[in-house]
Amino acid sequence: MGGWAIAVHGGAGVDPNLPPQRQDEAKQLLTRCLNLGISALRSSLPAIDVVELVVRALESDPLFNSGRGSALTENGTVEMEASIMDGPKRRCGAVSGVTTVKNPISLARLVMDKSPHSYLAFSGAEEFAKQQGVEMVDNEYFITEDNVGMLKLAKEANSILYDYRIPIVGLESCGAAAESPILMNGLPISVYAPETVGCVVVDGQGRCAAATSTGGLMNKMTGRIGDSPLIGAGTYACDLCGVSCTGEGEAIIRGTLARDVAALMEYKELSLQEAVDYVINKRLDEGKAGLIAVSKTGEVACGFNTNGMFRGCATEDGFTKVGIW
Amino acid sequence: MGWAIALHGGAGDIPKDLPPERRKPREATLRRCLEIGVAALKAHKSALDVVELVVRELENCPHFNAGRGSVLTTDGTVEMEASVMDGKTKNCGAVSGLTTVVNPISLARLVMEKTPHIYLAFDGAEAFAREQIDYTQPIKKAPKIAPVPEGDQIGTVGCVAIDTQGNLATATSTGGLVNKMVGRIGDTPIIGTGTYANNLCAVSATGKGESIIRATVGRDVAALMEYKGLSLEDAAAYVVEECAPKGTVGLVAVSATGEVTMAYNTTGMFRACATEAGHAELGIWSSESNE
Repeated sequence: MGGWAIAVHGGAGVDPNLPPQRQDEAKQLLTRCLNLGISALRSSLPAIDVVELVVRALESDPLFNSGRGSALTENGTVEMEASIMDGPKRRCGAVSGVTTVKNPISLARLVMDKSPHSYLAFSGAEEFAKQQGVEMVDNEYFITEDNVGMLKLAKEANSILYDYRIPIVGLESCGAAAESPILMNGLPISVYAPETVGCVVVDGQGRCAAATSTGGLMNKMTGRIGDSPLIGAGTYACDLCGVSCTGEGEAIIRGTLARDVAALMEYKELSLQEAVDYVINKRLDEGKAGLIAVSKTGEVACGFNTNGMFRGCATEDGFTKVGIW
Repeated sequence: MGWAIALHGGAGDIPKDLPPERRKPREATLRRCLEIGVAALKAHKSALDVVELVVRELENCPHFNAGRGSVLTTDGTVEMEASVMDGKTKNCGAVSGLTTVVNPISLARLVMEKTPHIYLAFDGAEAFAREQIDYTQPIKKAPKIAPVPEGDQIGTVGCVAIDTQGNLATATSTGGLVNKMVGRIGDTPIIGTGTYANNLCAVSATGKGESIIRATVGRDVAALMEYKGLSLEDAAAYVVEECAPKGTVGLVAVSATGEVTMAYNTTGMFRACATEAGHAELGIWSSESNE
C-alpha cells in the first residue's frame, strides 16, 4: 500500500465493432498519456499538476471528445467544459461554454488558483482567459472533419448523437452493428461514444486530484452543460480519493457519481473498489456510465456498466494496464 | 409523517440591528410564502409544484436575491441561476446566466421536463426560454434597491417540501454573489451542492457558493442519512458545523418522515417552516420565538 497511482480514461461506452485500427490508436494515445503522467509522478510532481498535464495531452489530441476533436453543438460549433479538483482542501475549478481556449482544463485550473470563484462559463470564462493570457485559438481549430460528418448524420437522424470515432467511410461496414441491441441514451451504440477524457492521480505524498474535460454531446443544444464541469458529478477529489466519470451526463449528475464514491469511503467506510462497484451498480438506475478512481493509499480502480471504457492505469509497484473492454 | 415545508431567503452575516424597514418586508414575504406553500400542500399539490410556486413568489419579491432583486455582477448586469430536483425520480433541471427570464425556477423546471438535458446556460438558456412563450419578458428596470449596506447580505432563496403522497422536492434560485465576475456560476444550479433531493430528504442551501460546492452540501446531508444512518437533523448539523467554514453556509431540509430542519453557521438565515403536525417557525437569527 502507498505510493503513487494514476488512471486515465477516454470515455465509457464503446461500439463492440470498433475497427481494430481505431482500437489500436486509442490504446496508443492512452499509453502515451499514461506514460506522461508516470514520468511526472517519478519526478515528484504533485497530483494536481499531473492530472492537468495528462488531460492537456488528451485535449490536444483529436482522437477523443475534448479540446481538439470535441463533439459539435447543433450550430456546428464547439463548446467545451472541464473541471479539476485538488484533494487536500478540496479546492476546485471549472469552466463551461469555452470556445477559443486551447486547453480548457488549464483554464479550469486558473479559475481555481487565480479567481475568487469556482466556476466560470461562456463569455465570462473567455474574458478571464484573455486576462490570464492563456493560449487562445479560433473555434475552427477544435473542429475535425470526422465530427462535421457526425453532426450531419445526427441532424438527419434528428437526435442527439454521441460521437463515434471512425472515418465516415467506415460507417457502412457498421451496418451490422445497427442490429446490435446495445443502446446508450436511446441510440444504438454504433453511433454513440461519449469519449469525455479524464485523469485521476494520487502522488507519492498521498495527495489525490482529479480532472475531466469534454466537448459534450454531439448536436447538443447550445448552452447545454453536462456532468464534466460539475463538482461532485463528473469530478471529485478529497483527502481519501480522486474520481473522474464519463458516460451519460444526465445519469452521472442525478447519481452525483464522483462524490458518492468518496462519500461511501468516508461515511460507510467502504474500500475504493467497493465504493466504485457500489456506485456503478446502485447509483445509475437505467443510466450508463463509467469512472476511474484512486485512493490516498495508492490504489487504483475503475468501474463501468457500459460495454467498454477506454482506460489505462498504473501504480508505483509496476502494475500497468491499458484496455477498452 | 404528513406534509412539511421549509423555505429560506438566504444565510449570511445578517446584522442583529437590521432596521425594521429592512427586516419587516422580508419577514412578511416569508410568512406569505409559507402560507402559500402550506395551502398548496393541504390541497394535495405535488411537492414539485409546491416548491416551484413558493420559489416563484420569492423570486418576485425584490427584497431577496433572486429574480427581481437579484444582485449585480461587476458589469452591473443581472445573471440568475436556479435548479429544481424531484426526490422521487431524481429528475432535475438547472439554468444559469439568465438575464431576461422573470422566473428562473420555472425555466429550470422546463429544462427538466421539456428537454433531454439537465442544465442549460446563458444564450442557450435564453433561446430556450424564448421558445417557451410564457416565461420570457424583459426584466423591467425595477425600482433600484438601495445599495446593499455592508453586512446586510440578502441571499439566495429556496424551498423544500414533502407532500401528502410522501414525495420530496427542492428548488433554489439566486442572483448569485454581489459583484461577481461575469459568467461566475455558484452552487445554486449545481445538483448535489446547492440543491438535492432523493427519496430520503430534500435540501436547499444558501451562503458562500464556493464553500457549498466544495462541501457538496446537498448531497452530503442525504449521504450521511443514507450511508451513516444519521437523522435529518444530525446530518444537517454535521454538514453545517463540520464541512464548511464558519459563516459560509445555511440550509433547509425535510425528510421522508416529515421532519424539518433549518441549520446555519452564519449570523442568521431568513427562514420559515411548517409541518402538518402543527409546528411552525419563522425567523432570522437563533432563539427566535416560535409562531
